[in-house]
Amino acid sequence: MSFTIATSLDDALAALADGARPIAGGTDLVVGARQGKDPLPQNLVAIDRLGELARVEVTDSEIRIGAGVTHAQLMVDASVVDHCTAIADAAALVGSPATRNVGTLGGNVMNGSPAMDTGAPLVVLGATAELRTASATRTVALDELWTGPGQTSAQPGELCTALVMPARPATSGSAYVRLEYRRTMEIAVVGAAASVTLASDGAIESLRVALTAVAPTILEVTGLDDLSGSTVDDGLLASVAERASGQATPITDLRASDRYRSKMIGVMARRAVEAAAMRARGEAVAVPVNRATGVGAAE
Amino acid sequence: MTDTTSTSPTPAASGAAADINAVSLSVNGAPYNVAIATDRNLSGVLRNEMGLTGTKEGCDDCECGACMVLLDGQPINSCSYLAIQCQGREITTVEGLASRDDLHPLQRNILAAGGVQCGFCTPGMLMSAHALLETNPEPTQEEIRIGLSGNLCRCTGYAKIIEAVANTAAETPVAPPSAG
Ligand SMILES: Cc1cc2nc3c(=O)[nH]c(=O)nc-3n(C[C@H](O)[C@H](O)[C@H](O)COP(=O)(O)OP(=O)(O)OC[C@H]3O[C@@H](n4cnc5c(N)ncnc54)[C@H](O)[C@@H]3O)c2cc1C
Ligand code: FES
Ligand code: FES
Repeated sequence: MSFTIATSLDDALAALADGARPIAGGTDLVVGARQGKDPLPQNLVAIDRLGELARVEVTDSEIRIGAGVTHAQLMVDASVVDHCTAIADAAALVGSPATRNVGTLGGNVMNGSPAMDTGAPLVVLGATAELRTASATRTVALDELWTGPGQTSAQPGELCTALVMPARPATSGSAYVRLEYRRTMEIAVVGAAASVTLASDGAIESLRVALTAVAPTILEVTGLDDLSGSTVDDGLLASVAERASGQATPITDLRASDRYRSKMIGVMARRAVEAAAMRARGEAVAVPVNRATGVGAAE
Repeated sequence: MTDTTSTSPTPAASGAAADINAVSLSVNGAPYNVAIATDRNLSGVLRNEMGLTGTKEGCDDCECGACMVLLDGQPINSCSYLAIQCQGREITTVEGLASRDDLHPLQRNILAAGGVQCGFCTPGMLMSAHALLETNPEPTQEEIRIGLSGNLCRCTGYAKIIEAVANTAAETPVAPPSAG
C-alpha cells in the first residue's frame, strides 16, 4: 500500500495519474472499508490539506465551492448560506459534528450515494462538477456524473476540484428538507430540495425540485415549467407534491417501505418549495430548514 | 512520489514490511513517532502504540463517539480515521484535559452532576464538550445537544451530562469582546 499526503494540487494529480485514489475525510471510504464493504484502495492520496480545494469563491456570474470544503464549513460559510442556502441546510444535517468536521462536499458527491444530502441541493442550484486530471479539466453535468448507486462516470485519475453554480437573481431562494427518524446521525429516509426565483409580482419565474433517496440516483422532478407564473399557494404546493410522489421510484428497505417513501416525498417537496419561496421573498428561515419547520423536532 | 516538500510519511528503514510507515504526530503536546501500517486507525494507535487508553473503542463504526479525539482542535471519530493521515498534526485526547493535579473543569463538573455511570462514554463526551466550549463558550441547551450529538451514552440519560457542560460554561468567565 502507499499513502501520499498531497501538499499541492499538482502533487495530488500526479499521484492520481499513478493510480492512487483520493481520500478526503474518509467518512465514506474508511468507514466502508472497516465495515468490509470495499477494501481500502492499495494506493491513496490524501487531499484534505489542499487549500485550493477548500475555498468558496463568488463572482458576478458564478459560485464555486471547492470539493474539499467540509460540511462544517458549508453550514456556516456566509456565501454558501446566502447564495446556496439549500446546501447549507443539507450540510448541517450530515452525521454529527465529527462527521461534518472532516467530511467534504467532494466526498459526498463522488461517493455517489442516492441518499447523499448535498446532491439534491446541487441539482436545483444548477451545479456542474469540475473534474481534473494532470493534463485536462472538464465540466460534467450532475445527471451525467451519477450513473447509479455508488457509481459515477468519473474516470480513474480524475479529481473533482469544485462544484460550480451560476449566480442567481436576488429574488431567488433555495431549501433542503429531509425526513429523518431522529435528529442526528441519520440517513435521509427521503429528502427534497427546491430552488425558486420569483418575478416582481411575486409569481414563480422558475422552480426546480430534486429528490433524495427515492431513485437509484438523485432525481430531478421534471415538467414543472407550466407552474411558472403561478403564485406560491396551496394549489401549487399540492401540484408539486403530486408530481414529486408520482415520479419517485423508491425501494423498500428496513428504514421505510416504497409506499411510505412515495407519500412522504410529496410532503418534503412541498415543505422545500415553501421554505425556498419564503427565502426568495427575503423572509428569514434559519438553517437548517428541518429544525425551522419542525421536521424531526424532538421537543 | 514523495518529494522533499511533501509531508508524506516515509517508509520505515530496512527490514520493515513495505506497508510500514514512519509517522510522526503530536499528542497532547508531546511528539510521537510510530511505525504503523497504512490501514491502522488512530484509536488503535493511540491505545496500543502510545498506551493512551483513555480513548475508547465502542462500535468501531463511527456511531457511538466513544473514540472521539480532537484533530487540530476539532472532534473526529478516531476509530475510523487513518492514523497515517494525522502525520504532522496535533491530536488531543482525554489524557490531555487534566493538568497535573487538577481535573479539567468539565471533568469536575461531570463527576459533580452525576454524569458518569459506567464511564465508557465519558472520555468521548468530554472531548466533544471541550471542543464545543472552545468555540462557543456560552452555548444554549440546543447547542450543547448538537455538540454532543455524535456521542452515545447508554447509562445516564444525557440530562446530567448536558447539565455538566452548562455548569462548566456558567462558571467559566467569558472574555469581554475587545473594544474597537
Ligand atoms: C456517522 C456518519 C454519518 C453520516 N451521515 C451522512 C448524512 O447524514 N448525509 C450524507 O449525505 N452523508 C452522510 N455520511 C457519509 C459521508 O460522511 C459523506 O458522504 C461525506 O461528505 C463524505 O466525504 P469525505 O470527505 O469523508 O469522503 P471520503 O470518504 O474521503 O471519500 C468518499 C469517496 O469519494 C472519493 N473522493 C473524495 N473526494 C474526492 C474528490 N475531490 N474527487 C474525486 N473523488 C473523491 C473517494 O475516493 C471515495 O471514493 C455519513 C458518514 C458517517 C460515517
Ligand atoms: S468507536 Fe468510534 S464511533 Fe464508536
Ligand atoms: S456512563 Fe455508561 S455509557 Fe455513558
